[in-house]
Amino acid sequence: MADPVKSRKHWLEHPATQNFLIPILAVILSFGVGAIFILIVGQNPFQVYSVLFSQTLGTSYGVGQLLFKTTPLIFAGLSVAICFKAGLFNIGAEGQLQLGAFMTALVGMYTVGVPAFLEIPLLILAGMVGGGIWGFIPGYLKAKTGAHEVINTIMLNFIAAALVSFFVTNLFNVPATVHTPDIAPTGRIPRFDTIFSSFSGSPVNFSILIAVLAAFAVWYYVDKTRYGYELRVAGLNSKAAEYSGISVSKNIILSMTIGGAIAGLVGTNYVMGYKYYFEEGFSTGTGFMGIAVALLGNNNPFGVILAALLFGMLEYGGLVINTMVPKELVSILQAIVIIFVISSNKIFRKIVVNFLKKRTLRVND
Amino acid sequence: MLYAVELLNITKRFARTVANDKVTLRVQSGSIHALVGENGAGKTTLMETLYGLYQPDEGTIRIHEKEVSIRSPHDSIRHGIGMVHQHFMLVGPMTVLENIILGAETTRYSLLDFKKTTAEISELAGRFSLTVPLSEKVESIGVGVQQRVEILKAIYRKADILVLDEPTAVLTPQEATQLFRILFELKEEGKTIVLITHKLSEVMAVSDHVSVMRKGKIAGEVETSLTTPEQLAEMMVGRRILLRVEKTEKKSGDPVLAVNKLSCIDKRGVNVLNNISLEVSSGEILGIAGVEGNGQSQLIECITGLLKPTSGSITIDGMQIAGLSPKEVFARGLAHVPEDRIKRGLVVEMDVAENLILGLHMQKEFGSRLSMNRKAIAQNAHLLITKYDIRPMNPEALARGLSGGNQQKVILARELSRNAQIIVASQPTRGVDIGGIEFIHRTLVQARDAGKAILMISADLNEILSLSDRIAVMYGGQIVKVFPDNKVKESELGLYMTGSRGNSAQRASDG
Repeated sequence: MADPVKSRKHWLEHPATQNFLIPILAVILSFGVGAIFILIVGQNPFQVYSVLFSQTLGTSYGVGQLLFKTTPLIFAGLSVAICFKAGLFNIGAEGQLQLGAFMTALVGMYTVGVPAFLEIPLLILAGMVGGGIWGFIPGYLKAKTGAHEVINTIMLNFIAAALVSFFVTNLFNVPATVHTPDIAPTGRIPRFDTIFSSFSGSPVNFSILIAVLAAFAVWYYVDKTRYGYELRVAGLNSKAAEYSGISVSKNIILSMTIGGAIAGLVGTNYVMGYKYYFEEGFSTGTGFMGIAVALLGNNNPFGVILAALLFGMLEYGGLVINTMVPKELVSILQAIVIIFVISSNKIFRKIVVNFLKKRTLRVND
Repeated sequence: MLYAVELLNITKRFARTVANDKVTLRVQSGSIHALVGENGAGKTTLMETLYGLYQPDEGTIRIHEKEVSIRSPHDSIRHGIGMVHQHFMLVGPMTVLENIILGAETTRYSLLDFKKTTAEISELAGRFSLTVPLSEKVESIGVGVQQRVEILKAIYRKADILVLDEPTAVLTPQEATQLFRILFELKEEGKTIVLITHKLSEVMAVSDHVSVMRKGKIAGEVETSLTTPEQLAEMMVGRRILLRVEKTEKKSGDPVLAVNKLSCIDKRGVNVLNNISLEVSSGEILGIAGVEGNGQSQLIECITGLLKPTSGSITIDGMQIAGLSPKEVFARGLAHVPEDRIKRGLVVEMDVAENLILGLHMQKEFGSRLSMNRKAIAQNAHLLITKYDIRPMNPEALARGLSGGNQQKVILARELSRNAQIIVASQPTRGVDIGGIEFIHRTLVQARDAGKAILMISADLNEILSLSDRIAVMYGGQIVKVFPDNKVKESELGLYMTGSRGNSAQRASDG
């Protein structure tokens, strides 16, 4: 269709460019601010950053470690993102992934002897069910009673943490440890180094493919299916949803359950691909980082993958620059990235608008 | 001749759009000057520039023949400019008095001096016959009175130039007449008034001069006594416009939609609908007139499945639909143009194509559950955009970016594409400009001629009178009068709308 208005648009004005450009600018700027902190602790920022990048991106072992850290962040980010799409703020990914990973380990330890082609899907499913239940509960409460999902997911995080802690210290643990017995060997997801020897020593495994698949699935579901259409309508305008015959409460429950199920897949990386058992304290706030990942990725599944890569790099990078700067510095850097991304949107858009305004003036003159 | 306000060569740009392009407007001291134009023509931007909410990129402002710099509303108030916004800027839980003095309080030993203030305001109110109950809370008084509070607020701040933005949008005809009397009074006292409006009848009735804006420029300035509404409309739109709806006699058939003894008690226990009965036949437009908040919204919500009635029946072709969900009601052959297009009718963050299937998205032609048919959705969008002349002609444009008229066209296009036998249209042209109104009215009349039964609710009496085949008036949750045709005077409708007539008759029939 001929559309003069569209073709006259400056490339900077397209939402796609802005959605892509703004986070990147924010990340670059936050590294700049991070440099100030590095200077404060008496180090050379260029040196620190060059070590950070070369040790994470420069060696295959580093890349492996980075990817290993990235995988759970993709799951957590997708979990938060799909709930955002439905207008819900899922702070409960942490609890959901704890319970999901625990379920994976639990089912895994009792199904010794099941062949791999059944065992692997079974354990994946177990993780989704565990996480899904933990997402369903706040979804149901929100839909039926209006209880706010933010509060309920936070509370459920505490319950999940206490629950799995109780299980792995009292009921399902290997004596004198805080982890479960090993899962059935057929439930293991192979590591990269079983095929590519250059990744040797790194726990990165093929669960990252499940993460990428999950991203595709979320994208397809949200953008291409009728369910996804209804989910977006319910998330963007609940009154319009009601008007057009879309059930808002059904979509709240559904999206929270799906979000929980995706978070529950974290066990594929840690339980099925790395340790082969569930251990107390295996996740150090992955679910919360998922919020930052979703925000940085603009709730777009592929954006989530990119954001997870960045945070995965920072997470592993924190370990490699440990000898040069205190490890708190990496936490600071991560926090700066998040703050910049969240607050940059308006600022950068304003800069773009002003730029275009000046440009229009020039053209008119 | 002295000028109270001179806006000289004002240019104001937003990103890529030029809202005001070298606009020059001179308002004579002590006159009523109307500023008309379609939505988006730049009238409000121009006035908000005068009021200090925006700074012009170019141009100068002169007040009482002296060049001034207005950087904020604070400056403009200092220069004696007062503005009554379309949406009132009042604090509901505070009293009228507190609202009037808000930000301009008189204090005594750093305490509010209510005694002195009350005396001052009473004197002002008396002088301009702006009667307001000073000790009532603002939320408990009617909109007409609230507007008087706003005017009084401006005058209390010593405004002698008063800008009113669409002041009659929320008023009944009686209240509007009262407002005009106040405006004349203010003019007598030497105040200067700028009236932003798009109702040409008002322009003709009250103004001394008219400036017409179109696409950010002044399209013409005339003395009111030397022009006609038709001429003004042509200046506004840039082409000849039919101000009158062309309509043949109705050829109505059987009743399709019937509401019988419908009552509804809301959550607070208020009887919002009280024993309502009405019928709409195919091939006719039944217009429901009434001041907003008299149960019209609830009536529509009950019919369209958004609200469960407490008792009574609603039938389509004799089949009961009361209490069904919106989805089920749609499936029985009803289309619904909702009252609030932004809140209900559209998902503004979605594009036009996606909005054009809202509520129709479960139909087979748009794909299955697991895979929507992008091609069919695009085709549908293309078809409707062309047929209803929706601008921009881009199915991927976000609904947010469309003008009010085009947003309404999206909804109308979608709802008519349902091919339903009943169309319920609530405030179909609210906030839509003249060109758009003409189109929407024509479309509704065409639908009626094609045998649809149309139930229309509007706060705009012109619309009710020019479109309806029959007119019902709602007041206090009841239908207080049904006129068998549209040959009724606006003033008479007004009497029923305000409850000064018709109520007792209704009570008699209830008993």
